[in-house]
Amino acid sequence: MTRMTDLPDNVVITKLDALVNWCRKNSLWPMPFATACCGIELMATGASRHDIARFGAEVFRFSPRQCDLMIVAGRVVMKMMPVLQRIWLQMHEPKWCISMGACASTGGVFDTYAVVQGIDRFIPVDMYVPGCPPRPEQLLQAIIDLQEKIQREGSAWGKDVERRPHQPPRALLADPKNPRLLVAGPPIFAQDEAANKWDTGKRGESPDS
Amino acid sequence: MPLQRSELSQATDEVQEYLWTMNFGPQHPATHTTLRLILKLEGERVVDADCDIGYLHSGFEKLAEHLNYNQYVTITDRMNYVSPMANNVAWHLAVEKLMGLEVPPRCQYLRVIVAELARIADHLVCNAAVGLDTGAFTFFMYAFNPREMIYDIFEALCGARFTNSYTRVGGLMYDASPKAIELIREFLRKMPRALDDMDRLLTRNRVFVDRTKGIGVLTKEEAINRGVTGPIARASGVTRDLRKDEPYLAYSDFDFQVCCAQGGDCYARYLVRMAEMRESLKIIHQAVENLPSGPVHVDVGQRAIIPDKWQVHSTIEGLITHFEIIMQNRGFEVPCEEVYCATESPNGELGFYIVGDGSPYAYRARCRPPSFVHFALFPHLIRGHMLGDVVAVLGSLNIIAAELDR
Amino acid sequence: MVSSETIQAIQARFPSAEITEFRKQFRVCVPREIVHDVLRFLKDECGFTLIIDITCVDYLYYPKAKDRFGVVYIVGRPENADRLIVKTFVNDPEPTLPTVTDLWEGARWLEREVWDMFGIRFEGHANLRRILLPEDFQDHPLRKDYPLQGRGERHNIPVVTRDMG
Repeated sequence: MTRMTDLPDNVVITKLDALVNWCRKNSLWPMPFATACCGIELMATGASRHDIARFGAEVFRFSPRQCDLMIVAGRVVMKMMPVLQRIWLQMHEPKWCISMGACASTGGVFDTYAVVQGIDRFIPVDMYVPGCPPRPEQLLQAIIDLQEKIQREGSAWGKDVERRPHQPPRALLADPKNPRLLVAGPPIFAQDEAANKWDTGKRGESPDS
Repeated sequence: MPLQRSELSQATDEVQEYLWTMNFGPQHPATHTTLRLILKLEGERVVDADCDIGYLHSGFEKLAEHLNYNQYVTITDRMNYVSPMANNVAWHLAVEKLMGLEVPPRCQYLRVIVAELARIADHLVCNAAVGLDTGAFTFFMYAFNPREMIYDIFEALCGARFTNSYTRVGGLMYDASPKAIELIREFLRKMPRALDDMDRLLTRNRVFVDRTKGIGVLTKEEAINRGVTGPIARASGVTRDLRKDEPYLAYSDFDFQVCCAQGGDCYARYLVRMAEMRESLKIIHQAVENLPSGPVHVDVGQRAIIPDKWQVHSTIEGLITHFEIIMQNRGFEVPCEEVYCATESPNGELGFYIVGDGSPYAYRARCRPPSFVHFALFPHLIRGHMLGDVVAVLGSLNIIAAELDR
Repeated sequence: MVSSETIQAIQARFPSAEITEFRKQFRVCVPREIVHDVLRFLKDECGFTLIIDITCVDYLYYPKAKDRFGVVYIVGRPENADRLIVKTFVNDPEPTLPTVTDLWEGARWLEREVWDMFGIRFEGHANLRRILLPEDFQDHPLRKDYPLQGRGERHNIPVVTRDMG
């Protein structure tokens, strides 16, 4: 049996969760949901002077399937909110959301009939960045803070997969009891019975037990 | 709630002469903003396009009725967020026309300087976006570097990078500090070189020219019939430029040229914007070198501007004026009249139609947004072109969503 | 600044037009029946071939106002900065006006916006539907009797929670 002290110097022992989180936090792929003024500051953050690449988050991808960090930059109005929700649902776990600027977080100066007063009423948010618009440094600070959060939370299996059974992708339906809520409908893709049974069971258990 | 289907996308039983319908936006990298296009395609050729806007409609004009003439300037910042200073100047010019105020020469010159800096910033972003969409990513980086210099100037002038709110009714927030003037001079020294670099990088680039020349052609007659103004109209041969035709502020003092082109295509619009930046530099240079001394506010007796603290504390006029303006039921003296005042904003004619009802709040403040008029052109411009040309045309129109939807 | 000959020509052709001036800007106020003729005259015979703006003002709470909606057309000349403001009034219920899209292509979206925001119907417009607000929106928000914060439309959206991902 090998003792710890017998390992060579270039071998590091750590928890798998910590390793995975370390990988995740240093290669965030942002999805820029840039609607308004904050989007210009988001572009400035990515441009040469501020250079978001120093924090490993420079790979902007406009396809939600490839991203794990959504940056909502700018006010979201009631016509845009369903689009935002759909894009959020299209992103894969684990995923995070930064609400950049006063308008996205609270509605800001736009307390009018059309503007949603804070996106966190309708989708989950991890980080709020104040400012109208925030300076690029503030956005970078939010990314650093989010990295800390990622390192602390979550596991190799996903964020809170232990508490929640794995679900196949499902269509969204309005809840008949409360029309303001969406509930998951039947699975989108036809699956055979065994696979469904496996998915509804606890991870690691065989379908027969 | 599903996305709403437009009328165009609802297939009917009649024979379709196109093959498929494609949704483009509202969240798409090449729209740069939030707008949606529904394209009818035949193979890769665009047969028709339907525009669906309003994804950033935030009720600016309703808000104008609930904020006073000074407060609303913060909202105009967020209207065309690529060149907020130009909006500030346009708004307060309209308000001053309604009230009948004439700002002092130093204020006029400073407003010209910031408006022209805003024009450069706007054209940089627009051309950078065209470059980015047609595959020239380096050009985007080159264009964003001078923008940071402009941000630094604005920060020295008023403390904010780009939601400036620099103007006030009858004056400016602060006078320009020597530091800011020094930054502008430094910008004037560095910018021509940056523009030369950009020119060498893209203007004769084969890929870029092929992707923009002859694409999205707008004739002069169509441009007039569709109400097009600004660089897009000038690229089609319309010589209208409000800075020359109706010299507001101090524009009649400066020597500059109106930049026009004949082609009317995306490339001509790119060239006009590049040339306008050089003309703007000329204007800023003349304005900085001949900057008059004196106050930046109208006289305290005209009851439009909040006086300095020392005036409030040491003079009776200052105290009374401060009281008159701050009190909820007093405020500005505005006639029960209506006025339309337009400026040549970077994007075109940016006008405000203000209805005053005697109170310090506008009864109605309509903004005439150039982006709105220009985006209505889009189906006309794109018809018959390829799918890849959509981004080039969109970029060259310089659609700013917040101005489009307000 | 529009020349006085133009103003006299308009006055001679349309005696019912009220022409006023404020800060060197001429406003032509005409009854709604002849607004289309006035605009056609301005475009075809006076050289105002550029449509700059079409907008509307709701005079519901305006001091000493007689009519509810004032629709404003701003026309200009493309070769210089001459502008003329043409104004007409319409009233509830069913405020309607003839469309000017047959004169200017650029009027299409402007008229759609006025319909969206004020509910003024333009007869003859080929595609008069909402432009900025969702199709299922009920009110016309720039009317003065519509509150700034709206009537709850902005929060009438389903909620997405973490469990749904």
